Amino acid sequence: MSRRASWQEYQKDIAADRYYYARSCIRQNFFPGSEWAFLDILSNRLGIDIYDDPLHTSCTGIGYHSDVVPLETIMTVVARQFSLMAEAGYENFVSSCITSFGIYNEVLATWEEFPETEERTRRYLREATGRELVKPRSIAHTSDIIFYQREAIARKAKHRLINRHTGEPLRVVEHIGCHYAKIFPKSGIGGSEFPYVLAGMIEAWGGDVVDYPERRHCCGFGFRNYLVQANRGSSIANSHKKLESMAPYKPDFIVANCPGCAMFLDKWQYTIAEMDGMAYGADGKGIPVLTYEEMAGLVLGYDPWQLGMQFHQVDVEPLLDKLGVEYDPGAKYLGADGKYIGKPADAAINCPSQRPIYERRK
Amino acid sequence: MRNVVFGYGISRPRAIDMDNNDLRKSRDIIAEMPELQACIGCGSCTASCTAGNLTDFNFRKLHTAVRRGEYKGVYAELSKCMLCGKCRLVCPRGINTRGLVMLIKRKLGDF
Repeated sequence: MSRRASWQEYQKDIAADRYYYARSCIRQNFFPGSEWAFLDILSNRLGIDIYDDPLHTSCTGIGYHSDVVPLETIMTVVARQFSLMAEAGYENFVSSCITSFGIYNEVLATWEEFPETEERTRRYLREATGRELVKPRSIAHTSDIIFYQREAIARKAKHRLINRHTGEPLRVVEHIGCHYAKIFPKSGIGGSEFPYVLAGMIEAWGGDVVDYPERRHCCGFGFRNYLVQANRGSSIANSHKKLESMAPYKPDFIVANCPGCAMFLDKWQYTIAEMDGMAYGADGKGIPVLTYEEMAGLVLGYDPWQLGMQFHQVDVEPLLDKLGVEYDPGAKYLGADGKYIGKPADAAINCPSQRPIYERRK
Repeated sequence: MRNVVFGYGISRPRAIDMDNNDLRKSRDIIAEMPELQACIGCGSCTASCTAGNLTDFNFRKLHTAVRRGEYKGVYAELSKCMLCGKCRLVCPRGINTRGLVMLIKRKLGDF
């Protein structure tokens, strides 16, 4: 196979309009502003038809990967989501979660390879809900859609990923969720070896992508690795390995396209700082971790507190200052109705007394 | 730093970090006995070892560790070798393994 033909295998057809949106369990809890921002950017900024269906449920992927939800059950749940999409009059399924995205691809591949499982699932769905399974025409992850629209977003950009103090591009670490393309390499833009989905956004919006040794290492979430407390030492060790590897490149922020990765790369920084006094940012604090919608939202000029960035463990204000984003510090802990929602206790990771890792090594 | 106890720690990786290991002594040893690079790690030396017959003394493990720059405890462990030379007789690559024991001990000293 020629080089060009092999590269074409890594491309992915993404529908241009009319999406059915499937939400993420983790993101609704930890990054609710990101899901809102995705819908708002598509509907109100780009004029794209996307349907947010209140009827759909969790894909049960967390239970499936933790061995508490059987394969037959998850296939029936997935079949129900697809039938809801067809009932709503849509064909292009968009998943907000990387785990769900992997699940939908896995279930479709299972049905393809083992048609008897599809027949069984159709029967279960009919018996349980009276619905008929209609398979989607296309499946995409929400980061695929933002990637697809990256030039349109760049044209509407209010801020670019440039450090306004130095005029230099911001150094961005991009982290791709394992279930995006490591399970089915052809399901992701660039496959599992050269995932370009986030790098494409960063480049389109003016930033520099950091290429560091552990770039493709897992964040360590891994479901059972985290859910069982005794295993968490293994989970945190993965994030620790990545943070140690990226710190010498002095990244300005991390962006991830997986709910679990964004959560763990952010919250494990807090844990490591509390345990060992380590911080990995150049300023002696943590490295802010963003979702791609938060990155797109900042580029488009959204208010960071409307994007839900006060939910982050690592404070994002140093990054906002670099970007030149205007924000009201007093509004950080005010809810949508203007009421005070409470302020978390101070954390070592946001304390400037932490020494950056590369200074400690001298 | 508050040393908060979360009920778990950060598991240390078992990967060998060749970038951070000090390979100077390892390179010295290979410079003096370049045939060591021909080792295929078959373990015949360990299988035929008198000292390892009834103990966990493992010469393959030790010289592999030395070549990776992991020297801790190797000198003390190598002191268990009785220099009988059976390993030298069976080595399929013709490496002077008995000489290697002495060379490693000389280079490492009491590391």
